[in-house]
Amino acid sequence: MTPGEQLAETIRREGARVLATLIRTLGSLQLAEDAVQDAAVAALQTWPRDGIPDDPRAWLTVTARHKAYDALRHEAVRPGKELASAGGIAPVVPDPVPEVLELVEPDSVVRDDQLRLVFTCCHPALAREAQVALALRTLAGLDVAAIARGFLVPEATMAKRLTRARQKIAQARIPYRVPSDAELPGRLASVLAVVHLIATESHAPSAGEQVTRVDLQAEAVRLARLVAELMPGEPEVLSLLALLLFTAARRPARVDVAGDPVPLADQDRSRWDHAAIDEASGLLAEAVRRSQGVAGSYQLQAHLSACHSTAQAYRDTDWDRIIELYDLLLRLSANPAVALNRAVAVGERDGPAAGLAALDAITGMTRSHLWHAGRAEALGGLGRTEQAQEALRQALELAPTAPERRLLARRLAEMSPP
Amino acid sequence: MTVYAALLYMPEDSDWMTPEVGQEHGGFAAAASEVIRGAVALYPTGSATTITVAGGPGGDVMVTDGPYAEAKEVLIGLYLVEAADLDEAIGWAARIPTAWRGKVELRPVLPIGGGAP
Repeated sequence: MTPGEQLAETIRREGARVLATLIRTLGSLQLAEDAVQDAAVAALQTWPRDGIPDDPRAWLTVTARHKAYDALRHEAVRPGKELASAGGIAPVVPDPVPEVLELVEPDSVVRDDQLRLVFTCCHPALAREAQVALALRTLAGLDVAAIARGFLVPEATMAKRLTRARQKIAQARIPYRVPSDAELPGRLASVLAVVHLIATESHAPSAGEQVTRVDLQAEAVRLARLVAELMPGEPEVLSLLALLLFTAARRPARVDVAGDPVPLADQDRSRWDHAAIDEASGLLAEAVRRSQGVAGSYQLQAHLSACHSTAQAYRDTDWDRIIELYDLLLRLSANPAVALNRAVAVGERDGPAAGLAALDAITGMTRSHLWHAGRAEALGGLGRTEQAQEALRQALELAPTAPERRLLARRLAEMSPP
Repeated sequence: MTVYAALLYMPEDSDWMTPEVGQEHGGFAAAASEVIRGAVALYPTGSATTITVAGGPGGDVMVTDGPYAEAKEVLIGLYLVEAADLDEAIGWAARIPTAWRGKVELRPVLPIGGGAP
């Protein structure tokens, strides 16, 4: 990292923490976001000149409070002008500046505030895409332009989505607090789904040129770390972080020099990030210990990922265990994508005929390029070349990204007689 | 505190004026009496009349038979529920009989002049 990047990173990380506390004290998401943004701009102007302060968070906290205070006073002198989306509070502007503006909250208070913000952003009364955008904006401190780029939508669209979400939070009074024990399991599932969605969006973008979007994957890991730090006792949180780290560890080997995806079987495993795999294995072991024999969906997925990550070579993969894990996952929810992966694993263990039979037993997958690609591999293995080619052509037609289409086209060329 | 309108929707062909449904609502109204700020039950949409004034104030009054929106699920009534936040309101909404007979939509009530909403 260059000093400039380090500076930006500090401002972003500490700014996100300051924001959570400011939302509670101001009672308004919008007002707090604007104040932190202003403080960040001030930091970018003065820190390179004067040096990074000893306590960057204290500096940002005090500056952001003053900015918010200025904004409130500015609004107050404009008669008849109501504070936009002020979350139902009536801001009182004291004069002169009270001493409380100079106080910096202890870490424990900041953590509690961040946890509140996690649950507000991921509240089920918000649309999932709004939850994702809010989490990246407020918890990860990403700016609107970056989020818009990450999801391939125009910046104005993303800005509008965030504005609507803030309005709903203020008008419908979506609470800023940690759910009760009774509500927690359902609400935690929503938080984990948001983080997982950001990660899968980065792993397999549903449209566009790139194979991986580095930024979103890093953001998902960052958010998972934050949630794990805030809720260290929740096994599914630890499992999700482990799952994301296992996946991220394969990133260096997942695309070739031309930018095309490399299938798991062909990846150079020495290029995997083994430090990340070790960390993920440790987190998964801790999750297992804490879950006391009841594995959740993310724990099962992390175990699956671990099976691949710890096999020395593709031929060493423990397919028995993988199929067993898929069976357990299917028992939690009958998901056709899981059934598809299971069928591919059956093909690896029992041969192409068994794999093809398992694939053909899944209904409702005729629009999935992965299903057709899986059938093509099995048919090819059985020597039914013409049918394999036909399946590849169908996969090619349905594949959403250009790199996937190139991979399928290459397979098709390999299979065709010269 | 915020007042939420809990809008009650049922499938158009269902009968919500039976004694059984009435009893369930009576049970809810008694349990929630401290937070209910008002309630309205509506006759079926067959009795609805829709009014439009064309152009602006004083324009032609157009009267048509039937509800504004033809839909599979129709508004059958509403409760006004006062709650501290959305989670608390959701807790009450989940106890309204329509939540399992049909659907309940929660909308915060916009305060207007004339005292508390």
